[in-house]
Amino acid sequence: MKHIIAVLIENEAGALSRVVGLFSARAYNIESLTVAPTEDPSLSRMTIQTTGSPEVIEQITKHLNRLIEVVKVVDLTEGGYTERELMLVKVRAVGKEREEMKRMADIFRGRIIDVTEKSYTIELTGDQSKNDAFLEAIDRSAILETVRTGPSGIGRGERILRV
Amino acid sequence: MEINKAELASAAAASGQHHEELMGAEILVRALQAEGVQHIWGYPGGAVLYIYDALYKQDSIQHVLVRHEQAAVHAADGFARATGEVGVALVTSGPGLTNAVTGIATAYSDSIPMVIISGQVGTAAIGSDAFQECDTVGITRPVVKHNFLVKDARDMAETMKKAFHIARTGRPGPVVVDVPKDVSFIKVPYHGYPESVSMRSYNPVRKGHGGQIRKALQLLLNAKRPYIYTGGGVLLGNAVQELRTLVDLLGVPVTHTLMGLGAYPSTDPKFLGMLGMHGTVQANYAMQNCDVLLAVGARFDDRVIGNPKHFASVERKIVHIDIDPSSIAKRVKVDVPIVGDVKDVLTELIHMIKESQNRPDAQALAAWWGQIDGWRAKDCLAYDRGNTEVIKPQAVVETLWNMTKDDDCYITSDVGQHQMFAAQFYKFNEPRRWINSGGLGTMGVGLPYAMGIKLAKPQADCWCITGEGSIQMNIQELSTCKQYDTPVKIVALNNRYLGMVRQWQELVYQGRYSHSYMDALPDFVKLAEAYGHVGLLIERPEDVEPALREARAIKNRTVFLDFRTDPTENVWPMVEAGKGITEMLLGSEEL
Repeated sequence: MKHIIAVLIENEAGALSRVVGLFSARAYNIESLTVAPTEDPSLSRMTIQTTGSPEVIEQITKHLNRLIEVVKVVDLTEGGYTERELMLVKVRAVGKEREEMKRMADIFRGRIIDVTEKSYTIELTGDQSKNDAFLEAIDRSAILETVRTGPSGIGRGERILRV
Repeated sequence: MEINKAELASAAAASGQHHEELMGAEILVRALQAEGVQHIWGYPGGAVLYIYDALYKQDSIQHVLVRHEQAAVHAADGFARATGEVGVALVTSGPGLTNAVTGIATAYSDSIPMVIISGQVGTAAIGSDAFQECDTVGITRPVVKHNFLVKDARDMAETMKKAFHIARTGRPGPVVVDVPKDVSFIKVPYHGYPESVSMRSYNPVRKGHGGQIRKALQLLLNAKRPYIYTGGGVLLGNAVQELRTLVDLLGVPVTHTLMGLGAYPSTDPKFLGMLGMHGTVQANYAMQNCDVLLAVGARFDDRVIGNPKHFASVERKIVHIDIDPSSIAKRVKVDVPIVGDVKDVLTELIHMIKESQNRPDAQALAAWWGQIDGWRAKDCLAYDRGNTEVIKPQAVVETLWNMTKDDDCYITSDVGQHQMFAAQFYKFNEPRRWINSGGLGTMGVGLPYAMGIKLAKPQADCWCITGEGSIQMNIQELSTCKQYDTPVKIVALNNRYLGMVRQWQELVYQGRYSHSYMDALPDFVKLAEAYGHVGLLIERPEDVEPALREARAIKNRTVFLDFRTDPTENVWPMVEAGKGITEMLLGSEEL
């Protein structure tokens, strides 16, 4: 089952490698990982998407907590949360494809952020299934390049993760 | 030299008035002094020469020059295991550090508090593939509790404080402090060594959850077949007295892992012997037949519980006390997890038992003891004691135990058959007296462990029970023993085979002894003599006792006892890898 784990970690050199090293050393899955400093520049916030049995997920959160630089760990999937992923897709857009691509981007509430004679770059934000759906909806052969951030997650309402 | 010391002393005296300027290396040495470090083991090289210079200018810390960096870490590790203090080692950059990695991983596997200081190339050269450069933080990351790269000498004091704090608190472990050369020589204002340290991201728990402890109490008091299983955590957490009180209060059987030996007296009938792959029948059968299992500072590892599916195939309630939440519910399902310092939790549990009027059902307990005594009657550690033809390795250990049981002594070991014979046949009645590598299983630890302990405990005898394979993995340390006058007693059970490998090849690989015979062994007596020690060759069973007696009487010299033991002897009982812990091989038919 998919889990989204949020981690507050000291914003120090090497901290990210400890997290990544933990996952590889213990053969845990890591589907995606995003990280950036928070409003407090001494802290980074990480969102890790992983899969595993409940026992494995329990071990993952325990081992993350064991890292000296990790301040807090929350499995967002244990409660209400929202997630968003940013995806940039460069598509071929020539002739009558141009209008079709524009329309598809509109339907998925994407924005065209770069235009050339032969291509568009479309920005989409949403949960991963929405971004997946967009890629399914357009002509696959038109996709020139895709880049996805992986989800960033945050708890709903009063679920707040901070020091 | 004298002038330098005087200068330093006056500078130290003046430190209260104004801030002195000190080199990073000097701050590091001040930190070691402030932490009460008296011995460090190390090996110099280019990147640590300023640290060595700072060590030269003081005399409160004794530095031991080993012959290989691996042994420096092992010696400091052995010291830490025996004393409970933080062991400190110092190595140079690049190969110095990579040689130390086995030692660091050994300490990590057994949760031993250590601080390892490594030199690094100058900060400007990091990443340039400089001479003797390696990514120390990266290489050691998976085998340390934490590591630091000190990029600024102004952070040195605080980093050292954190390193010692992290090493010794919570679940202990090794911490590496990597010091670039320029950081060691640059002078910065020194404001003294911090008295305390606070880290928002590191606050190990101490107290266990009261409600959980109460649940554990109810299970234990209502148990019909209670059993206590403890590991190295009881020794590391200094909870031996509490464990003994608990066992005696309840009158229940207790077993230890390899790492836990000595917590409860081995000669007491309530102790069922070590459990696990080479555990006793009674210890392993009790594990599968108890109805309430109290696990304390142990981690249900594969050498202890065998196949986890087999282990889980019977009904029992498990209470697990450990300071590290990740050790709980890792390999087995636990009914009552208690995260906390074992000493605190056991103290609370004992307090609750004393307050409670209830005690375990005496009749049920008596029946349980009856069952256990039935297993015990199998006498699974029996061996051919009367053999007059060939020296049985068990007999050497047993003779040593009988001779030294009232001595103030430490037993170190390496890894293999001799280690298991030592664990089975030496009856440890006190904690921190059995020093070996359990988790990582590192051959070559025995001699450096013994020499590390001997330095801290000069009055005590340090016996290293080893094999001819293991001893050669760090035999160069015989030279260190000579230089630093740390006489140890090496009991080599020399069967001309890598015994445990040979045993597996006999049992699992149909007798195909692939590269387990140690051909071209040195003459260990001459070798010992070449290093300036005493060497004794013992080939006959009747010579075992006199030779050990002679070695025991030699107080000021290292003695190497080369016992030519039965090359075909195996360690019994044995649970083959992947089998359940009651699926035991007991050895020859008559046993």
